[in-house]
Amino acid sequence: MQLYLPIAEVSVNAFLILGLGGIVGFLSGMFGVGGGFLITPLLFFIGVPPAVAVATGANQVVASSVSGVLAQLRRKGVDFHMGTVLLLGGFVGSAIGVWVFAWMTRLGQIDLFVQLSYVLFLGLIGAMMFQESLRSLLRSRKPGAPIRRAHVHSWVHGLPFKMKFRASGLYISVIPPALIGAAVGFLAAIMGVGGGFVLVPAMIYLLGMPTKVVIGTSLFQIIFVTGFTTVMHAVNSQSVDMMLALLLILGGVVGAQIGTRVGVRLKAEQLRILLSLLVLTVAIRIAADLLVTPDELYSVTPGVLP
Amino acid sequence: MIRALALSLALALPAAAQEMIVAGMSQNRVSITADFDGSEILIYGAVKRDAPPPGGGPLEVIITVEGPSTPVAVRRKDRVAGIWVNNASVNISSAPSFYAVATTGPLSHILSDIDNLRYGITIERVIRTVGIASEADRSGEFILALLRVRTNEGRYRILEGKVELTEDTLFRTDIELPSNLTEGEYKVRLFLLRNKHVVASQERVIGVRKEGLERFIYNLAMQQPLVYGLVSLVLAALAGWGASAAFRLIRT
Repeated sequence: MQLYLPIAEVSVNAFLILGLGGIVGFLSGMFGVGGGFLITPLLFFIGVPPAVAVATGANQVVASSVSGVLAQLRRKGVDFHMGTVLLLGGFVGSAIGVWVFAWMTRLGQIDLFVQLSYVLFLGLIGAMMFQESLRSLLRSRKPGAPIRRAHVHSWVHGLPFKMKFRASGLYISVIPPALIGAAVGFLAAIMGVGGGFVLVPAMIYLLGMPTKVVIGTSLFQIIFVTGFTTVMHAVNSQSVDMMLALLLILGGVVGAQIGTRVGVRLKAEQLRILLSLLVLTVAIRIAADLLVTPDELYSVTPGVLP
Repeated sequence: MIRALALSLALALPAAAQEMIVAGMSQNRVSITADFDGSEILIYGAVKRDAPPPGGGPLEVIITVEGPSTPVAVRRKDRVAGIWVNNASVNISSAPSFYAVATTGPLSHILSDIDNLRYGITIERVIRTVGIASEADRSGEFILALLRVRTNEGRYRILEGKVELTEDTLFRTDIELPSNLTEGEYKVRLFLLRNKHVVASQERVIGVRKEGLERFIYNLAMQQPLVYGLVSLVLAALAGWGASAAFRLIRT
């Protein structure tokens, strides 16, 4: 069934879009990532203009995150205090990111900058997570091996403004989570993603939060960051396509519910290995675009005059 | 006296006045609705004559359909430090979003370069490139690239021999409009040619407009962007909550 999208101004197959939304929603519910880093490249691929893909992707992530967060909420998997601290940092980082984005656009190299950010951050985080989770999976198979503590006391615990995060069972300074939130907000604005793929490992490895609350808290923060992004794009560039978003959402919310249930059955290490492989795949795919000689060297962008 | 006047009048009138186009189209508006998936337009017409057809070359017909024009930027990727980067770019001041040329025969046989230039018939003559030579080396390659990319997208078409001409009087052609259509006024031009020269021409307009739900969403996005953004958010949040609630119902 073909459907004409009013803002993207292309005609697409409605079932294809529903399917895309479903797959991304499934992964989003399973791993607690928003799925922005998957949906945006996939939309480019089926011919949606980049600006519309980025903005509409953000809108879809809001829906799948709300759906995922509600499922996590019933499992008491959301640390609202931690989420709020991350979010406050996130808005500051996002504002800086929007400014850098505009600056790179003026220089005419925003595409390259976005692609390099994807390769760098996805590659780095994917490789780190893969190595770490593989090691802990092997360790769990070998009984009697020394167990490493999830978090060790370090200089981080000497920082001021300590706060009790009951749901996470942590008593730490608010400075590290606020900084992590800012970094994620910055990346979100630059790369047009929710930032879950950065936030999830950062909460596990840097803050030492238990995996049980990581996914829900990440989704909680992503709802607000992507919500903010959606409205900003709608106001600044009128590039949110409601029709496209609704189709993606319909597929996505169903996928997210199924994904959350599958995620519960998997072990934390297995979940992390799968997520790291997914992240690495996207990084390699984008790196290939930069390295392989393209079929068509020229590209045409309408409506641009200095 | 009267005969002399008639003679001088006939001589004074250009050859073009002897043959005129009477044209029609299957539709003069195209509505883009939710299920829009391209459209086909039948353009037909007849040659009206006051006198028997003049001698000389055979009659030929060219029909062009031109979508709204916008400026475009054409960028070329180059390998810099091992990776492919957008490097040189050329701004073209005006290029149509859609352009189709349908003819009764091969363009090079039925149209002279001079008349092509004067009437702007082939796509190369329609694209306006003011002062691009200064922007990049070999800027001609960028124009060729624009034509190549848009031809591959189905936006630019040359349909040689696709106009049917019957008895040197009636002609018709079908022009397919693609599904990735831009809104606006589409200019249809019809040319009659003899001896590679245009002897008569006519212009018509097809209005392409979004309708119904498409129109409503588009207008809201453009005129009330903040409201539109918030509505999108609320819809997303409601859908997320609805799915969550529905799944809980299914399980219990």
